[in-house]
Amino acid sequence: MSNETITIKVCLGTSGNASGGEEVMRQFKRHFLEQEIEARMERRCSYSKVGCRGFCSKDVLVDVIVDNERTTYQNVTPIMVERIVKDHIIGNTPVAEWTVKDDYAAFHEKQYKVVLGPCGDIDPESIDDYIKMNGYRAARKALTNMIPGEVIEAVMLSGLRGRGGSGFSTGEKWGICRNELRTPRYIVCNVGEVNRPLAEGNPHAIIEGLLIGGYAISAAKGYIYIRERYHLSVERLWTAIEQAREKGFFGKNIFGSGFDFDIEFSFGTEAFICGEETALMESIEGKRAMPRVRPPFPAQRGLWGQPTVVNNAETLSNIPLIIGKGAAWYSSIGTDESKGTKVFTLSGKVRNNGLVEIPMGMPLREIVFGIGGGIGGDKALKAVQVGGPSGGLVPATMIDMGLDYESLRKVGSIVGSGGMVVFDEDDCIVSVVKFYMEFLQRESCGKCTPCRLGTKRMLELLTKITEGRGEDNDIKILDRLSSVMASTSLCGLGRTAPNPFITSYNHFRDEYLAHIREKKCPAGVCTALISFEVISDKCKACGLCRRACPAEAIAGAPKQVHVIDRKKCIKCGACYKACKFKAIKKG
Amino acid sequence: MIRENVLNKLLSEYRSRENLILLLQRIQETFGYISDENVDWFAEKLDIPASKFFGVITFYPKFRMKPQGKNTLTVCCGAACHIKGSDKIMDKAREILALSGDEDTAKDMSFTLQKATCIGACSIAPVVILNKQVHSDMDAVKVSKLIKGYEREDFLGYL
Repeated sequence: MSNETITIKVCLGTSGNASGGEEVMRQFKRHFLEQEIEARMERRCSYSKVGCRGFCSKDVLVDVIVDNERTTYQNVTPIMVERIVKDHIIGNTPVAEWTVKDDYAAFHEKQYKVVLGPCGDIDPESIDDYIKMNGYRAARKALTNMIPGEVIEAVMLSGLRGRGGSGFSTGEKWGICRNELRTPRYIVCNVGEVNRPLAEGNPHAIIEGLLIGGYAISAAKGYIYIRERYHLSVERLWTAIEQAREKGFFGKNIFGSGFDFDIEFSFGTEAFICGEETALMESIEGKRAMPRVRPPFPAQRGLWGQPTVVNNAETLSNIPLIIGKGAAWYSSIGTDESKGTKVFTLSGKVRNNGLVEIPMGMPLREIVFGIGGGIGGDKALKAVQVGGPSGGLVPATMIDMGLDYESLRKVGSIVGSGGMVVFDEDDCIVSVVKFYMEFLQRESCGKCTPCRLGTKRMLELLTKITEGRGEDNDIKILDRLSSVMASTSLCGLGRTAPNPFITSYNHFRDEYLAHIREKKCPAGVCTALISFEVISDKCKACGLCRRACPAEAIAGAPKQVHVIDRKKCIKCGACYKACKFKAIKKG
Repeated sequence: MIRENVLNKLLSEYRSRENLILLLQRIQETFGYISDENVDWFAEKLDIPASKFFGVITFYPKFRMKPQGKNTLTVCCGAACHIKGSDKIMDKAREILALSGDEDTAKDMSFTLQKATCIGACSIAPVVILNKQVHSDMDAVKVSKLIKGYEREDFLGYL
């Protein structure tokens, strides 16, 4: 038998699973067995499930590696497997029409994968895969060759800043916590929704980071705080910890250093506020997740009143690399103030949706048009919401700005957890902002008045505007509410809640005024402000719209121009979509 | 008294960690929801006011005080799913399950319908989660197939 193997790598992250990846994997195994591939090709075959490689709209993605030559197939379904096995493996001719196209290369080319690098390549359920790529070497180095102070200094020198929220220096945070002499100390890893692919694709990096962080602050225990609903992430982290414990990477006297450390899971339930570190600690303690007043900061008085560090999973995934490759290497990536890379979830109206990792400071344009492949359906870009619901809207005119902590703060947005939603000309900005406010109002914990009442009032006013009842004065009130909330809310969530409104009003004033003064929705989204009409000289009287209308609001007969009864019309837009002759006007 | 045995087991688990959220999660896992009777039972045994239980239960949307259906359908209504029409999916699901007002469970207890804020699968939006399986790129038609298919044969191939 030849030494070379045939390897099949199937993407089995959340998206790969959702697209039927498990079944694709089963089919590969079945056909390999049926065709007796091992004997026939004189090759050893191996299968591995890999985590998300980011380009989820092409799932299921499958790598077929024969004699070290890698071919990647996209949108693989179970029925396609047979032909791939016959043509490619046996016949040695890859099925060209199913392989990834130029957009796959373009999507990956412009990225800079540091944290996500191994995701999509290694088997997240195998510690040996991780060790093969130097896994746990950094932890060993830190625990056996460095004193905690040196670890903290290295992280400080690297310039790493928190990837979850306000972007505080990670090294500094550790230092403050270590300087609190009281023990026990704790370290908490928060796995948020954006971190899921990380936890699914390379869970060992997170727990290695947690181990190094635990050593740096001499923590008694580490916690992984994760939403119960993220089943796959929980499973993979769980497996990873079990495997690491078996190897002696957790427990007593790790690497013979005398340091004892172990990890415990804390299952949160879904609540946006739990991303705020003091609220998260309340939740771990089993209480209502309401933020605490600070100071004292968690590094001084955290979990059960003890010094505690809360880090985001992405932040921790960077740690093994910083210790392993050195602070200087790390700080060579990014801008002066923002070092390293950042993972964003690119979604909305771009062609290539997915998970992307970029060096800090990359222009937004390159992400949307380079990696994202531009806007689908030849529409025009309108704005990009960066940083999740409490981030800010960056208008198309400012698309050349770089993405880093400082630049985003300047335009009233945040890096936040790395959400990025792209809007095109068909999206109504006022309605988008109302959507975010609905979310923030629902998720407001209710502890402090500015946020509890502010989000409610802002939502009422935005609803009023989208329903065509807006007045000029509403803007003034929205403005005042925003400034009060931004300056007096208890936690970062309340302080950033007005961001979508503030930024959108700065850049899309016309659109607000059109809603308020002309009672028109320029994008044709707000149902109270639009109407549908048949353009009589374009109508071919085909009857498509009449049949599509769920409200029976369209009258017409063959060879007779159709008419929409405005009283019956529910403005669902079914006729607009059904018409093949663009004979229906929305506006 | 089977119920008593189960509750006592949960009680001893609680005593080792003393975490109210964990206890409530375990109660919900065991019974599908958290009933007033169960809260009263624990409140008395632990000498913790029932109001403290209800405070935590009502804070987190995940905790239920009404029985749960056999299957759980969760519609993600995060930003990415929203602009791709998650509200239409939600409306369709409610229509099929004949839910009105603040009802979230079908009369025959076959399905409970939930709304998620963001499950982090934005790149395959809009998504719904049926029990543990995530379904990508959904719309009103697909969701009705999903529900009806499940009702019919308790099995569903990939769409």
